[in-house]
Formats: sequence, structure tokens, C-alpha cells
Amino acid sequence: MGKRGRFLARIMALSFIAFLIPVNAFATPKIQHWTLANGARVYFVETHELPMLQIRAVFDAGSSRDPADKAGLASLTSAMLDEGADKLTADDIARQFEGLGAEFGAGVDRDMATVSLRSLSDASLFDPALDLFATVLSAPSFPEASLERLRAQSLVALRKEAESPGAVAEKAFYRALYGEHPYAHDPRGDQASLKAITRDDLVAYHRQYYVGANAWLVIVGDASARQARNIAGRIVGQLPAGRAPVPLPLVRPLQAPRLKKIAFPATQTHIYLGQPGVRRGDPDYFPLYVGNYILGGGGLVSRLSVEVREKRGLSYSVYSYFLPLRMPGPFMLGLQTRNDQRNEALGIARKVLADFVAKGPTEEEIEAAKKHITGGFPLRVDSNRKIADYLAMIGFYGLPLTYLDDFIPNVEAVNAEQIRKAFRQRVHPDQMVTVIVGGGR
Amino acid sequence: MLKKLFWLVLLPGLLLTACGHTQETTLPNGLRVIVKEDHRSPVVVSQIWYKVGSQDEPKGITGISHALEHMMFKGTAKHGPNEFSRIIAENGGRENAFTSYDYTSYFQQLEKSRLPIAFELEADRMQNLTLAKDEFSKEIQVVMEERRLRTDDQPEALVAEKFMATAYRVHPYRHPVIGWMPDLKAMTIKELRDWYHRWYTPSNAILVVAGDVKPKEVFALAEKYFGPIPARPVERTREPVEPKQTEERRVRVSVPAEVPYILMGFHTPALTSAGHGDVAGWEPYALTVLGGVLDGGQAARFERELVREKKIASSISVDYTAISRSPNMFLIDATPTRGHQTGELEQAILAQIERIKREPVTAEELRRVKAQVVASNVYSQDSVFYQAMRIGQMASVGLDWRMLDDYVKKLNAVTAEQVQTVARKYLVDTNLTVAVLDPLPMTKGKRRMPPPPGGSNVR
Repeated sequence: MGKRGRFLARIMALSFIAFLIPVNAFATPKIQHWTLANGARVYFVETHELPMLQIRAVFDAGSSRDPADKAGLASLTSAMLDEGADKLTADDIARQFEGLGAEFGAGVDRDMATVSLRSLSDASLFDPALDLFATVLSAPSFPEASLERLRAQSLVALRKEAESPGAVAEKAFYRALYGEHPYAHDPRGDQASLKAITRDDLVAYHRQYYVGANAWLVIVGDASARQARNIAGRIVGQLPAGRAPVPLPLVRPLQAPRLKKIAFPATQTHIYLGQPGVRRGDPDYFPLYVGNYILGGGGLVSRLSVEVREKRGLSYSVYSYFLPLRMPGPFMLGLQTRNDQRNEALGIARKVLADFVAKGPTEEEIEAAKKHITGGFPLRVDSNRKIADYLAMIGFYGLPLTYLDDFIPNVEAVNAEQIRKAFRQRVHPDQMVTVIVGGGR
Repeated sequence: MLKKLFWLVLLPGLLLTACGHTQETTLPNGLRVIVKEDHRSPVVVSQIWYKVGSQDEPKGITGISHALEHMMFKGTAKHGPNEFSRIIAENGGRENAFTSYDYTSYFQQLEKSRLPIAFELEADRMQNLTLAKDEFSKEIQVVMEERRLRTDDQPEALVAEKFMATAYRVHPYRHPVIGWMPDLKAMTIKELRDWYHRWYTPSNAILVVAGDVKPKEVFALAEKYFGPIPARPVERTREPVEPKQTEERRVRVSVPAEVPYILMGFHTPALTSAGHGDVAGWEPYALTVLGGVLDGGQAARFERELVREKKIASSISVDYTAISRSPNMFLIDATPTRGHQTGELEQAILAQIERIKREPVTAEELRRVKAQVVASNVYSQDSVFYQAMRIGQMASVGLDWRMLDDYVKKLNAVTAEQVQTVARKYLVDTNLTVAVLDPLPMTKGKRRMPPPPGGSNVR
């Protein structure tokens, strides 16, 4: 049965080589790019199919810019933007956005602070939404009372995360991986650091980082190029030029394995393995990406999933990924399993990883991975939202404007030797952080 | 020859049901096929919805629909275990499945020319699933791990599970979709085979395709792959009706946790139960608007008054959906700020509800909710997957998907008086169930109590 299945699958796969041609010819979104006088970089894709606009202002103001003793400052600054601006209260801002059907959002990750707006493109709705968005971005008033409330909410959220073995494990993983580096701490901050943050800190943080020289603006949707220029000018054109922040400190590679075990009242143990991985734009990115698809990125067909889940039923979810950031982001392998099976599951995951690094993928696996990644390319850019995500990434990380056009050729160019070499250089199974959070001892 | 005959049968149906960019037909074996055109990108999503979910499960085999969903990836006579996923992956596709109280659904997202591959595989596993014992014995372990991950180690999920088992006494919404752990442990491959043969037939399924495709071509393709599957009627037993709740119900869940939490709910009608007896057709729409007035954003009452003004809630949300096979609930869940108890928070929430009953909501609030409805209806069209999802959900719970065309109009027609009427009718104390999380200390190294016997589960 198995053999016959494989045979049929091969025939099917072969018959679909013909379809690779239209995929390659698939038109990627046409990106228009310009820079404003204050240094803000604008990326625009014009699409008129839906009467809506997706706008994203991105700043190099994520949690890695938190001062050492004030973890959570980036996150609180972002959350405070719509708590008051110019003469408007939080109620005014919420009422106006929502009365226009517009969606406002703000959030941070380790690198980026993102402020976003989704609005219908009808001028009677879009114009006031845009003005309000610009006000919130450039003139937040950071009311003291709101700060107290949001601080309290963050503290509750932190305590909730302390109930979740997965969240506890992830935080411990980043701390073990990054030590003194600003990627180490939880973007939300911790009990002590949150309490140390003052309104003056927010004002200073906003003044320093929410500036033209540190801004990228993404516009996708129902606007002409002329309108997009007007939009960009109104949103970020008014920001002071300011200065780009200094580069983040280098990430130190791990010198020895580290094991962190945390006892936790849960039925499952959560296991994270990993080490610092790659930067966005790293020349090895594509070999690592294709290789990781085979190792643990390819859903149920990856080596990790086949060995841990399909063959042994040890875990519901098991995966690996590289998360490229401005500085090397993590390479992470994760799974969860019943407490009494944790050694078995960890042993198998380690063996799969070590084996992959030592021997690399087979030609068959590479072919299958490439077919998946290239064949599914249109799915990556099939909505305004996904296009906006790519524009933000391309802009913020300084990737070539042809990134999407080059994507399929870059994947096709990867070979077994490149994957083997990249993994051997970058992934060291004997120098990993291992975090184990769960019940029993 | 055969094909021509087929089109003759088909055409009148097409003329009747062509509506906007969505068309529907039914194959002779009973399979409904619904196609939504969206030509923005050369992609397609194919979803097959089986009208079987956890609410169809008798006591003792709870979770069997979801367990079967897992086994659907474990091979047929033609394709070995995991081959389905491998073939879809090699064709650039993304795939998954999900089970809910009302339905079980499988989907593939692909570059548009690969739709036949999805159809071939999906038609194959509709009739030829192997259901091997050794594969099942491994996969049920995966399901139990999923239960531990999503429910047993998540205090708030445990509360939700207990809540449903308290609010429903008779109707099977009282059982979690993923099943009670003892049932999962006792489940047999024989039971799965029976379940599969009972429910997986063309006439119990709906195929929804959305994307850069032409309805006629999709219908022909569906006939080619699914047409040969023999028709087999499904026998449905009569669904139990939840008797009217006549008293307040309460349950406390004590597990190691850090933060208290409260989940409150009232039994309410859904679109499927509206328009009959004493339930007016507009009531689910009025309940949707009521949800928006209380929780439709930062300007809504809960966020404005309970979070920002009174600072009694750290977070709060309302969950009501008009789309379900059986009447469901208007739910409110919240976390108190530090220093406040769930009891105080409950009183504050109930006071908000009393105000809705006393004073009509303002014209400004109604306008705002409606502006959000109009806008989010446009935003939702940005996702091809979501468009198919909405059609499939409607159709699989027994609603006409054409109601989607009128959805915005119906919500726009809701008046302040109607909002007040549904609040007075349903948000009453004899119809209230409250579940509270009562945190126990998170003692180091001490194992959580064995899980007491929750939602939708994605594979």
C-alpha cells in the first residue's frame, strides 16, 4: 500500500511540473518606493479591487530599544498612543475611529513598533480617519492616569502568562539564549521594570524613536500614486526628522550547552531547544529556510513531525523555525508532551536535529521542499494584508525591492550542499539551550 | 454523453441559484457544491464541510468527530498514511481541518491550477478511508496531547469546559468538542469506523470553493471526482432540545492559577431557531448589535466604562454568534483588575445589562456599531479563505448562504428598541450561568489535579 501510494504521488507530482511555469510568470505586486524629506521611507502598492486601504507605520522602536532597567517601555509607549493625543481623550479617539468603521492598531515585537490603520477608501471616511491617525502618531499626550491603568493591565497579563507552561518556557528560552542582549527580555517587561516606568520615559521614548529617520511607511490599497504621496506626507511627513538609533549590540554565540528546567504544575512538559540563528538578509537565509522546511517547518510532513508525532504519537505540535531579526533571531525547536514521555520526546527531537545537521537532506526532500515553497508562492501575496506584511519586512530590514520577484529563483537555486554547509555552520546541536517546563521532577 | 446529460439536469438549478459571484449546484448523489469567485489572485481554497460535529455524539464517545478528523489524514486504500499531506505540500498547498460543535471541515489552499489534486484526494477519503488500528492507537495519543495542551493545562479553558457542562443540561453542547479524557481513552477503531460510515457521505457534505475559478469548471470537476461516489442517505436522530433554563446556575473551578476569571452566559436564539414560535426573525441580529454596543471596540460600553472609567475589568469581551445549528449563548468573559474580585466584576457587568434594559441605546452607539459592520464586511473580503469559511459555516448549520448578502442590511435595520427587547427577553437572571476561576496556589512541582471532565479544535 505504501509503495503504491508513493508511486501514484510521484506520477501526480510529475504531472504538475507543467504548472510551475504559470506560477513563475505570476505577477508580483508592483512596489512604488520613495523617501520623504525627514527621512521616512515609503512603500506603496496600488490595488483597487476592494474599496479599502491598509496603512502601517513602522519604527525601529521594538522592545530591543527598552533601556536595561525599563523593560516594557516600548510596549507601553505603543499601547499609550491612542489613550490621548493633542486635545483628544481616549474616548474621543475610539469614538472617532470606530464611528468611521476604521480599525486602529499598535503593537511591538523585539525589533519593530508598528502602528496600523485599516479604513474604507471612501474619502468621507478615510480623510478624517487619516487625520486622526496622524495626530495619534505625532502628538500623543500620554495621560498619567492611562499609564497607571495600562501598567496594571500589563501586570495582570504577566501573571496570566505565568499560568501557561508554554509562555513560561518561551520566556525562559529567550533569556537563556540572549543573556545580556536586549533580545533577552520579554517585550511586555517584568513586574519590577514595569513599575519603574514613568510618563517622562514614554515622552522621551516617543520623541527619540517615533521620528522620520527611524520610520518606514507602508500603504496598500485603493489609492492612486498621487493620493499615496499625499497620505504619506500627512502621516509621517510631519514627524521631526530625528536620528536613526545606534545599531543593536552583537549577539554572542553560545559557547556551551545550557539546560534550564522549571517545575510547573501541568500535565504536559513544554520543551524548547535552540540557539541564536540568522539576521534578516543573511546570505544563507534561503538554504536555511528550505532546509528548515524539511527539518521542522513543513507542517505534518517535516522530519520532526513524522518522527515525533506521526510515528510515535508523542506530541500534538512539533516544529522548528528560524526567526530572522535585525540581529540574529532565534533558531527554535519546540514540542509538548505528557510529563512521563518527556525524555523520550526530547531524545528523538535531538536525534532528528543532529542527524539533519550531520547528513543534510536528501535530493528527494529538497525537490519536495522546493515544489512546496515555489508552488505555493501565490498564497503568500493573495491579500492586501499579506502584501502589507511583506512591504513592512522589505522596508524595515532593507531587503531589495525585488525580494518578491527574486523569491522563487532564490529558492530554486538552493542545493543540498548549501543546506548542509549552512546548517553545519549555523546550527550546533551540542551547544544548544534546552528549556524544559513541566510537572514531575 | 453522460456529461451532457448531467449538464441538462444541472442547468435549471444554476439559473435559480446564481447570486452575485456565488453559485451553487447539487450533484445527483446529493453533494452540494458552492463556488465563490474572487479573481484578485491566482489562488483557490477548497473546503469540504461534513454536517457532523460534537453535538451529534452520544455520551461515552464524546470527541469521536474530532478523532475521526485526525484519522482522515491516515490513509486510504490508494494513498498511505500522511500521503494526503505530502501530496498537498508538494503542490505548494496548505491544508488543515477543524471540528466544532456543529461540523467537521477540511480545507486546502492552492495555486488555482491544482484544484483537481485536492478534489481527487478529498473524494478518495470521503469513501475509502483505511482506519487502521495501529495508526489509530498512535493518533489517539496525539489527540490526548492536544487536549492536555488546549484544555487541561489552561485554567481558563477548564472554566469554559465546566461552564458549558453547567449551562447545558440536556443538549450535547454540554460536551467538549475534543471529548472528555475518559472517552478518548476508551475509544475504539470500531467506533470510528461506524462513525465514518454513518456520516461521511456526499449528501451529508458541502463542497465550498472560493478563488480565481469559474463556477462551471468547478462544477464539472466536482462531478468528475465526487460524482461517482454512491449516494447514501444519512439517518439523523432527533436532536435533543435544551429545556428552558429557569434558575441561575453557578460553578467554581479551583485549579492552580494566578488570576481570577469569570465567564457568564445567557441562552439565546441563533438564526437557525429564529423566525419560529416566539422567536422573531430579527432577534439574532439585535443580539449581534447588542454585542457591538457592549463590546464592539474601544468606544463600546464595557471597554469605556468597566476598563477605562471604573477600572474594575483588566480585560473583557462578549462572544455571540448568530450562526450555529442549535441555539447557543450570549457570553461575557472578563478578568478583574488586581484588588477586585470576580463578584464585584459580575455585579458591574449585570448593572451594565440592566442599563441596556432600562434606557434605549443611543443613536450614536447604533450608528457606530453599524459603521463597523459595513466596514468589516468589506475588510473580510480581503481573505479568500474567510469568504469560503463564512459560506461553509452558514451552509453546514442549515442556513441559506444567500442570507450573507442581506447580513449588512438586516443589521442596519436593527432599532434601539429591538436591542432593548432582546436584552429584556434573554439577559435575565433565571437564564444566567456563571463560572468562576478560583485560583489555587501554583505550588512548585506539584501536579495539577487530574483534569475534570471545551470549543473548536484545529488539527
